[in-house]
Amino acid sequence: MSLLEIENITLRFGGLVAVDNVSLTVNEGEVFALVGPNGAGKSTIFNLISRFYDPAEGRIRFDGNDLLARTADQVPSFGIARTFQNIELFEQATVLQNLLVGRHRHRKTGMLSNIIFSPKAYSEELRHRAAVEEVIEFLNLQPYRDKYIGGLPYGVRKVVELGRALASEPKLLLLDEPASGLSVEETQDMAFWIEDIQTQMGVSVMMVEHDMGLVSAVSNRVMALSDGKELATGTAAEVQSHPAVIEAYLGTSEISKTGTSRT
Amino acid sequence: MRFVFKTSYDADIQLFKHRAQAVWYGLLLLLVLATPLYFAAIGDAYLLGEITGVLILAIAGMGLMLLTGHTGLPSLGHATFMALGCYLNINFLGAGVPWLIAFPLSGLIAGALGTMIALPVLRLHGVYLALATLAMSMLTSDFVVMAEPWTGGIAGAAVPDINIFGVEVNRYSTPYKFYYLVLFVAILLVWFYRNLLRTPTGRSFTAVRDSEISARAMGINLTRTKAMSFFLSATAAGLAGALFGHSAGYVTNETFDLVMSITLLLMIVIGGLGFIHGAFFGAIVVGIIPVAIANGRSFLATTFDVNINVPGLESALFAFILICFILFEPMGLYGRWLKIRTYFELFPFYRKDMFKRQKSYLKTDRVQ
Ligand SMILES: Nc1ncnc2c1ncn2[C@@H]1O[C@H](COP(=O)(O)OP(=O)(O)OP(=O)(O)O)[C@@H](O)[C@H]1O
Ligand SMILES: [Mg+2]
Repeated sequence: MSLLEIENITLRFGGLVAVDNVSLTVNEGEVFALVGPNGAGKSTIFNLISRFYDPAEGRIRFDGNDLLARTADQVPSFGIARTFQNIELFEQATVLQNLLVGRHRHRKTGMLSNIIFSPKAYSEELRHRAAVEEVIEFLNLQPYRDKYIGGLPYGVRKVVELGRALASEPKLLLLDEPASGLSVEETQDMAFWIEDIQTQMGVSVMMVEHDMGLVSAVSNRVMALSDGKELATGTAAEVQSHPAVIEAYLGTSEISKTGTSRT
Repeated sequence: MRFVFKTSYDADIQLFKHRAQAVWYGLLLLLVLATPLYFAAIGDAYLLGEITGVLILAIAGMGLMLLTGHTGLPSLGHATFMALGCYLNINFLGAGVPWLIAFPLSGLIAGALGTMIALPVLRLHGVYLALATLAMSMLTSDFVVMAEPWTGGIAGAAVPDINIFGVEVNRYSTPYKFYYLVLFVAILLVWFYRNLLRTPTGRSFTAVRDSEISARAMGINLTRTKAMSFFLSATAAGLAGALFGHSAGYVTNETFDLVMSITLLLMIVIGGLGFIHGAFFGAIVVGIIPVAIANGRSFLATTFDVNINVPGLESALFAFILICFILFEPMGLYGRWLKIRTYFELFPFYRKDMFKRQKSYLKTDRVQ
């Protein structure tokens, strides 16, 4: 069953067509990868799903709901969580506090009961902590639990951002370049986590990634984009050997480096 | 060095991290409760009045700290909300409303009015919001004059005494009662503040402060969150304003001027942005500077026969201290204290760069 359905979506930045009539579906329980050279429009598609941008044309439906009728802050309530290409954490807060913000969509108490710390607010808080503690365990974040983000190494920040998204218990996880800037070992951890997220937690994943090794390892289906247009969709191997994809990458680096060495 | 072992999630939610901390705050509470005894013993309550004034400033400071330090919205207009609270309180009391109702109501209405004023400017960022609130603060005096029937205009208005179930509280005739009353309000607000920070509402404030884009992606409604912070902030300022009126006894259109708004902002920066402690440290500094200058003056005059009479010396000294803080201690007094404490806790393992801000990574992908 399809969870996310994007139909003929187009977005222009002035004269530039960043996303050009793209359609795609992400099925329940699958890992769907978006690949393509820099500036292809991958992050822009994420920002469209997050409702940071209004598309000029097209429709986005999630789990039977029309997302375009919603604002950005309503999107998570349907069960969509995301990370950012350049890490957007709450810098002046600890890892724990960052993950707790991920629980925001599950809050049931309002300002007043929070201020007086009502019994309801207290028991809710205990539940949030328990959920966050599971995520900390899953991602091995215990050593950083009470550390401020400002002082953490890049690799750990990436994991914290994944954790914050997971803490919201999403149905669909949007990961924008989860492995960029990570070492080989860290990338491997990331691959294991994505697999676990898919198989054990039953969360669908849509990810943008340049590392074709990671893409082939974890994704069920891959879509290649270039200049905002779809080039090909299929398995990782199919997409990599597609003539249009090879042509789009001709002269550019990433995919040919890691990609061809695998095929 | 101390390790905090987590035995349950409860440990994080509690107000105090460990027993020693609870003991320290207990001792502090005893100290502030016993302070009037000392002044009663020496039979001079003048300084107690000054301390009460510091507490009132700290209450206003907490209000501004919530908005600026925890939600990241600067305001140069908080004296306006103090004025609202003060004049509402005066008018309620004048109409015969009991203080126990008039006081909280003044705060809440000041908060509501503040939010209504703020809503149109909440879309503005950083310096523009500061300018908008600055303009509001500049107009306050004129509004007070225009609303003469309620405010007494330029001539001013006397602030009625507090009466709680027949118990009269007045700054001059019953300074101890007034001190305890203000202390109670301050402690209550600290408790509310702490509760806020350990629950979703407070976390949504800090989330908005640190990254609006992420906050939205986590389901936080920016306008509503900012409005909520503004409401709570202006409410605290309104309460402080009402208490300030009681403390001053008489208020005019010049009481809640721009200088007070600016002082409040400087106060929380000096105290340490983003910490409740910062509001108190800042209020203490602001309270001490005039006293120190007056004492220094009379000391120079009596011992060296030097008379310094420079107009604006206080403001200049204040500005100088502020510049020093921004240059050398951006985390404020509380940040300095944290460093000293960490130094002793970790001795001899303290590293100089421990509190250095990590260079932030490029944010080229930011969505506008
Ligand atoms: N806010 C914006 N305003 C104007 N142009 C933009 C904006 N965001 C992206 N673009 C442009 O839209 C195009 C697609 O950008 P996008 O960030 O989606 O690329 P991407 O596929 O994520 O690339 P990368 O792999 O480098 O992250 C680029 O040409 C980019 O310059
Ligand atoms: Mg991108």
